[in-house]
Amino acid sequence: MTVPIVWYLVLSAALFSIGVCGFLIKRNIITIFMSIELMLNAVNLAFVTFANHWHQVSGQIFVFFVMVVAAAEAAVGLAIIISLFRSRNTLNVDQIDLMKL
Amino acid sequence: MNEPMTPSMIAFSPALRILPEILMTLTGVLVMLVEAVLKPRTSRKPLGIVAILGTLAAIAASVYQLFLPAGTAFFGTVQSDAFSVFFHLVIGCIVLVTLLISLDYFEGHTSFVGEYYALILFGATGMMLMTCSVELLMVFISLEISSISTYILAGYRKRSATSPEASIKYFLLGSFATAFFLYGIALCFGATGSTNLYEIAKGVADGASPLLLTVAFGMMLIGLGFKVSLAPFHVWTPDVYEGAPAPVVGLMSTAPKAAAFAVLLRIAYGAFGTAIHIWMPLVWIMAVLSMTIGNLGALTQRNVKRMLAYSSIAHAGYLLVAFTALAPMGIAAASFYTAAYAAMNVGAFGIISYLSGYNEARTSLSDFAGIARRHPVAAAAFAVFLISLIGIPFTAGFFGKFYVFTAAINSGNAWLAVLGLLNSGVAAFYYLRLLAQMYMVPVEPPREADTAHARPAFILAMAILVLAVFALGIFPGRILDLARAGAATFSGPANAASQTVPVALLRR
Repeated sequence: MTVPIVWYLVLSAALFSIGVCGFLIKRNIITIFMSIELMLNAVNLAFVTFANHWHQVSGQIFVFFVMVVAAAEAAVGLAIIISLFRSRNTLNVDQIDLMKL
Repeated sequence: MNEPMTPSMIAFSPALRILPEILMTLTGVLVMLVEAVLKPRTSRKPLGIVAILGTLAAIAASVYQLFLPAGTAFFGTVQSDAFSVFFHLVIGCIVLVTLLISLDYFEGHTSFVGEYYALILFGATGMMLMTCSVELLMVFISLEISSISTYILAGYRKRSATSPEASIKYFLLGSFATAFFLYGIALCFGATGSTNLYEIAKGVADGASPLLLTVAFGMMLIGLGFKVSLAPFHVWTPDVYEGAPAPVVGLMSTAPKAAAFAVLLRIAYGAFGTAIHIWMPLVWIMAVLSMTIGNLGALTQRNVKRMLAYSSIAHAGYLLVAFTALAPMGIAAASFYTAAYAAMNVGAFGIISYLSGYNEARTSLSDFAGIARRHPVAAAAFAVFLISLIGIPFTAGFFGKFYVFTAAINSGNAWLAVLGLLNSGVAAFYYLRLLAQMYMVPVEPPREADTAHARPAFILAMAILVLAVFALGIFPGRILDLARAGAATFSGPANAASQTVPVALLRR
């Protein structure tokens, strides 16, 4: 028995939505960053599903590039987080409010 | 994509299609390598000059690309045509001027400034690549190359409290936007089975799943909307622009936006050109929201950098008005507006970087009181940029707006043009308030010693920008012709591949 394609897409959409919610409600920068990674992985799942549906390998290749870029982004992001922590001693977004909206 | 082979197309290597990017990358690597062997205390100015020479070479290479027949390379991922050359030139000139402004900005404040020049060059590589990619994979990678560099640049004043904050806000919201953009690409791939813009265009024309395509375009619009700070997705802009170093703000409020708008033009008119009904309402709403929120927000600001941040939101809105116009004219108007906006905005932030110095002690509105007496030349240049931002005739801003609103009216969007003009009226108020502050308010004795004094590189940069503002406002013909030639490449995928750019354009 094969799992219908829709299930994968629903799972992907659900993961993406969880990531968006996490980004919006979490207060720790590391957790917010993890939510973004979750969103990227949800996208990867969608790519693999569609690649399977269209019998095209390009979707799977796309996933590799997303992983590479996510790794590069993580390296830069964590460096920025460290430099922020050095100047503020906190990672709570509510306290990083020198410049008000 | 396979283009029809004509004799002139076999002769040159595909690397020529990305020659400016190659030159930028090589210069960036060179700067990085030399930075590593320099002693920490030595001046980094020579590296800046190397970066400037590299940028000049990249600009020359872009002009050279005009003489190549338009076409794709590297398995149909990049396409050099008049459109990409136009944006290459805009981005190249922005980077050139930013490097000139930065040359003395960091001197004596931070070590390892070589990395700063390298990051600008790498970022510019990404932005240039964005404008010539016709494959969403390529768009995504180049978008990230440009974004990751600008995340770091935003936090370059490491010792200050606001700069890392600006950097983290930009980074988190930028990555968030990237995820949306990626999801849009995934859905597009799901609907059409390809990530090539021309293949997607075929799929859209054949009527592939309209619902999926609508959601896909919406997601991509959200992602790019964040990058260019369009209205519902603009919240990061004032904070980041306030905290980041002023020369960097000049760069990142113009060059990545120009690149992202180029991508949006390619996606909207190129890939979704036959489904205008999908994106027209979205673009309409975002244009109105951006103009209104940007201008009303700017009215209440006391910090000049934040005020210009809101004004940049409003200008992104004006630019989006051009998207609602029909294909060739709307594209030409949008392209021209990015060039005009770049000239005046880089100039405004350059003057702020000069007047408020490295520590940005003076960025509030009252600090600019009587500046005209103490720094008459700088104040005059600032006045030119502000007048252009208002859109007063004989400046770039006027002609840009004129062209955008004319395009909108000719395509039956008179209401949008009316809203835009009303907004320009509101905008005039806060620009004029700053001008009045500079020229009318009596001079107070300076609170601390005024250390600002202009260096040759900075004066050269400002002279270029003031000339550009007037040139685009009084003699827009040549730039406009190039913008029109770029817009003409959208007349269809078949035409785009075989069309040759009018070489006479340069000889005129």
